[in-house]
Amino acid sequence: MSVGAWEAFLLILQRELRLSFRRPDQLLQPLVFFLIVTTLFPLGLSVQLSLLRDMAPAVLWVAALLSSLLSLDSLFKSDADDGTLEQLALSGQGLTVIVAAKTVAHWLVTGLALVLVSPIVGTALGIPTTAFATMLLSLGLGTLTLSWLGSIGAGLTIGVRRGNVLLSLIVLPLAMPLLIFGAGATDRAIAGASAAGALYFLAALCVLTCTLAPFAAAAALRITLE
Amino acid sequence: MTVERIMWTWFYKLASPPYVYGVAAALMPWLFGIAALAIGYGVVAGLAIAPPDYQQGEAFRMIYVHVPSAILSVTIYTIMACASAVALIWRIKVGHAVAAASAPIGASFTLLTLVTGSLWGRPMWGTYWAWDPRLTSELILLFLYVGVMSLRSAFEDPARGDRAAALLSVVGVVNVPIVHFSVVWWNSLHQGATIVRLGAPKMPGSMLWPLLSMWLGFMLFYGAVLCIRLQGEVLNRERQSAWVREAIKS
Amino acid sequence: MSEFWSMGGYARYVWPCFGFTAIVLLWNLWAARRSLRAARLRAGRALAMAASES
Repeated sequence: MSVGAWEAFLLILQRELRLSFRRPDQLLQPLVFFLIVTTLFPLGLSVQLSLLRDMAPAVLWVAALLSSLLSLDSLFKSDADDGTLEQLALSGQGLTVIVAAKTVAHWLVTGLALVLVSPIVGTALGIPTTAFATMLLSLGLGTLTLSWLGSIGAGLTIGVRRGNVLLSLIVLPLAMPLLIFGAGATDRAIAGASAAGALYFLAALCVLTCTLAPFAAAAALRITLE
Repeated sequence: MTVERIMWTWFYKLASPPYVYGVAAALMPWLFGIAALAIGYGVVAGLAIAPPDYQQGEAFRMIYVHVPSAILSVTIYTIMACASAVALIWRIKVGHAVAAASAPIGASFTLLTLVTGSLWGRPMWGTYWAWDPRLTSELILLFLYVGVMSLRSAFEDPARGDRAAALLSVVGVVNVPIVHFSVVWWNSLHQGATIVRLGAPKMPGSMLWPLLSMWLGFMLFYGAVLCIRLQGEVLNRERQSAWVREAIKS
Repeated sequence: MSEFWSMGGYARYVWPCFGFTAIVLLWNLWAARRSLRAARLRAGRALAMAASES
């Protein structure tokens, strides 16, 4: 039976989510890393909460970036190791659909989890609740964009020795605009000003990567699998 | 032969490694010679003949190295990305050779831009560095160059490394318009465009000519160094071919 | 003449600027020639190995 692209997307998405939840400890690792890293800053600086608030958006964002990057390595790795990736590539479904499904699944268990935990971390860093809406929205858009960017990097570095470091080296420069606008949006919200401009830009970046990244990541996989 | 036919024949020749090797070897001395003249004139005129600036005094002379290297850092990346795209789409290995040869040159000019800009910024803005959009995107450009070079060398199979690095450079080319337009899109510390603007440039002739000469000189210098590196990169990718034996005897 | 060297007081910025430029240009020439030389050596070695095998 032939499967349409949308059904294939949903099937693979379901598979990825099921596989992820089978290993709950793997799921928690990026979250715990996120919590630990955000704790490091207040510990290292030992300043009053009001001063910490100035740095809070940046700390939050850097921690989210690093946590997402850590888990990106596993996006294709286990499938590549046991040969599933080649089977998927040969399946006749476009690699683009497969990559898109895997990336969305990755974001759901990593980025979205970070976003849901961020109010706790935000409070610990002194971010006022009035800024939470902007914080959640900017982190949501940002982590999604990062998952897309990361899928390209992950596709390029499968099977490379110390691929994790190289992956970060490749993805972080591309993610810098994200950091600038994401932290900037939260900054503005904390100051009470409108963060609309930065949020629109973040949304634009997200849409741009959502539409283009799957093709680039599929091309990357084709290069690796050849 | 029609003009189109001649052009296509020439284009096909460019895909041939021995042809490119020969052209690069022959072209290099000319490019280097003219580059040396252009840079020589630019430096002498820029340092000694151009009058000091009304606002910046003698410090403005740093423009003669900073602006050309900035233009070059972005131009080389674009050339690298285009060569990579050609190599990926039409599977022309020479494209990978051009990209691999250009990357270290481009990275060095990006570093030069950052350093000369920093030295210029200190007397002009009071700081060696600022996190404004143009400086930041130029720094990102440097990271992109390093990422492309690292990715290429990370693979045991050089062909795969070429293709991976090619894809990354094409993805990263999105930073190039950001670098260029950052001074237009954001109000920032860095001043606006100097040469490439609609209408005539703002500078008087005595200041402008050395700058144009340095720009030309740097571009030709890149061409000359590219020719040298390109020969090596072509050799690396064609080691088993018959023409190589003759080529390295000379 | 000393006016030229002092560059209106900005000498410690202008001269390192041009100096670093010279360094980068020279490095480019040196590194490029080095890589070409290495490539020729490797090609020669590969050809010699192929010849001795056949």
